[in-house]
Amino acid sequence: MTVAVRAAPGSSASLWQARRRSLKTIARYAAAVAITVIFLFPVFWIFMMAFKTPDEIFSRPPVWLPADFNLDTFKALVRDGDLGAIWTSLITAGVSTIFAMFFGTIAAYSLARFKTGGRNLAIGILSQRMIPPIVIVFPVFLAYVFLGWIDTFHGLIILYTAFNLPYVIWMMRGYIEDIPIELEHSALVDGWSRWQVLLRVVFPMARAGLFATTVFTFIFAWNDYIFALVLTRTEVVTFPVQVTSWFGQQFVFWARIGAMSMMGTLPIFFAVIVFQRYMVRGISLGAVKG
Amino acid sequence: MAHIRISSLHKYYDSVHAVRGIDLDIRDGEFTVLVGPSGCGKSTMLRAIAGLENIDSGTIEIDDEVVNNLAPGDRDVAMVFQNYALYPYMNVFDNIAFGLRARKFPAREITARVQAAAETLDIVELLKRLPRQLSGGQRQRVAIGRAIVRDARLFLFDEPLSNLDAQLREGMRVEIKQLHQRLGKTMIYVTHDQIEAMTLADRIVLLKDGSIEQEGAPLDLFERPVSRFVAGFLGSPSMNFLPAKLVENGTYLGLRFADDVTLALPAAASQRLASRVGQDVTFGVRTEHITPARDGELDDGFVDLLVTIDLTQPTGSRTYASFKLAGVAVQAELRAHDVEQPGEQIKLQIDMNRAIVIDPSTELVI
Ligand SMILES: Nc1ncnc2c1ncn2[C@@H]1O[C@H](COP(=O)(O)OP(=O)(O)OP(=O)(O)O)[C@@H](O)[C@H]1O
Ligand SMILES: [Mg+2]
Repeated sequence: MTVAVRAAPGSSASLWQARRRSLKTIARYAAAVAITVIFLFPVFWIFMMAFKTPDEIFSRPPVWLPADFNLDTFKALVRDGDLGAIWTSLITAGVSTIFAMFFGTIAAYSLARFKTGGRNLAIGILSQRMIPPIVIVFPVFLAYVFLGWIDTFHGLIILYTAFNLPYVIWMMRGYIEDIPIELEHSALVDGWSRWQVLLRVVFPMARAGLFATTVFTFIFAWNDYIFALVLTRTEVVTFPVQVTSWFGQQFVFWARIGAMSMMGTLPIFFAVIVFQRYMVRGISLGAVKG
Repeated sequence: MAHIRISSLHKYYDSVHAVRGIDLDIRDGEFTVLVGPSGCGKSTMLRAIAGLENIDSGTIEIDDEVVNNLAPGDRDVAMVFQNYALYPYMNVFDNIAFGLRARKFPAREITARVQAAAETLDIVELLKRLPRQLSGGQRQRVAIGRAIVRDARLFLFDEPLSNLDAQLREGMRVEIKQLHQRLGKTMIYVTHDQIEAMTLADRIVLLKDGSIEQEGAPLDLFERPVSRFVAGFLGSPSMNFLPAKLVENGTYLGLRFADDVTLALPAAASQRLASRVGQDVTFGVRTEHITPARDGELDDGFVDLLVTIDLTQPTGSRTYASFKLAGVAVQAELRAHDVEQPGEQIKLQIDMNRAIVIDPSTELVI
């Protein structure tokens, strides 16, 4: 044994190095797990509430996992029509995202390629997005009362579209500027119209950016609370407004909050899963040029 | 086939006056090369002809029709771009077919034409590949394929070879020349490489700062440059320039340099320059017109000169040798073994018939 070590003096050093490396790896994994647990625990806790009986929710010491995953809360949500809030959110966020992407991309193309409005218009547009929502929501409320748009789908959709347009224009302008102009020139010389160039060259070239921007635009609208709270009453109730309505002064409906939170997270979860492949590239591309 | 007439074309980019009053006629089937240093407006001209750039004044006519307000797609031109402009998400076949699809060709015709173009360019086995799976030379071929498949009346090339290595470039140069001979189409070719310009062109248009400095057949420009700029731009290595003074020298005139060496000018030049005696000028002579002096009588218009070689640059077939004349480094083009070592003395002769004299105040050849 000693002979072997002496014969190969390098090996003990490298053994020690290898051990140190594996220790480092273990420490790294441990840290990753710890961080994940810390951040995911509240989410786990609220989701589990959806399956717990009232006794389990309020028991001390806490019950980590429900005895049986009962779906009563979900059934209650369906029965009372509360799940409609998810549908309302899907409609308002979804339709406004489609509008914002459509008009925003066209505007971005114009800014990028025709230099519409010179250098300052783009900055001006982006600055709209920097205004805190709370500052504009009350003027908008007054306008909506006047227009009779309070508590309507189109009211929310128009507001979300308007609020997200600057973001879409800003992001898409960067992605479009990154496309070599010769690709468009070549298509124009080939005889394609501007619209065809947009469809056949710009969209495929900016695909990653389109996906990433779509997902973020949808998430902004999906997560909105303040606009929906002020501008809607009983007809159009989005999911965040619905969830907060269960925080009562006397009683908090924890099971419903948990179940609804779960339902509200799913669409985002799936959107991110589906577009993940494009998003990482899309986000980093946007970061290089804005 | 198409002939083009450009009249007093101007183009501004904000405050940059990129094209300054170009007048140009290009005949049917001619291979015209626009050449000039970076930023002289070559690409801008080409894009203006293609309709990709609005022009500020002037007219562009193709086949006697003013096309100023015609969309690029309606001008029936094909263009090859410097960076190839291939669509990364389409395979080679679709890239080549893209222009035919825009013009609603029937599917069978598209297949036949793409196939024919691919055969011409020797890229048949690449049709299924994506652009990123091709080498630079192959991409270049596909880009040319995109242009020839449409059978347009006018071809525009914007530095199509500048991204290729020297060897590939030489090969493609030959192929483009053959392509022109076979298709017989009018072609306008932009480059800043003077060798490409000389070898390809029926006619060279040399641009400088957005204006035409000189146009004509390649050898015309090479042998009879109108200005120092043209003389220096064409030819490699570039022409030698030396300051001198025009003086009386016996029956004829001579050029006196700073160290009082005087070179005799031939009869024709002396007559032409007689009124300018005493004036400061710039003397220009190409390397190949400075050669080892032969024994015996000098030919008419030749002068000889004993010099010490400072530096030699053998290229194999020729050796470029530098020496000082009136303190200015001058290069001569010698045969491989005319000088072996720097420091050697050698008697050289200069063909003054081929030399040029420039007025330094206007930079024009006089
Ligand atoms: N889109 C643009 N915006 C502003 N200025 C431009 C634009 N395109 C070209 N220019 C300017 O116009 C002038 C001519 O440019 P152009 O691209 O035609 O030159 P070029 O001869 O093709 O040069 P190179 O050999 O480098 O390609 C240059 O001074 C250039 O800076
Ligand atoms: Mg150029």
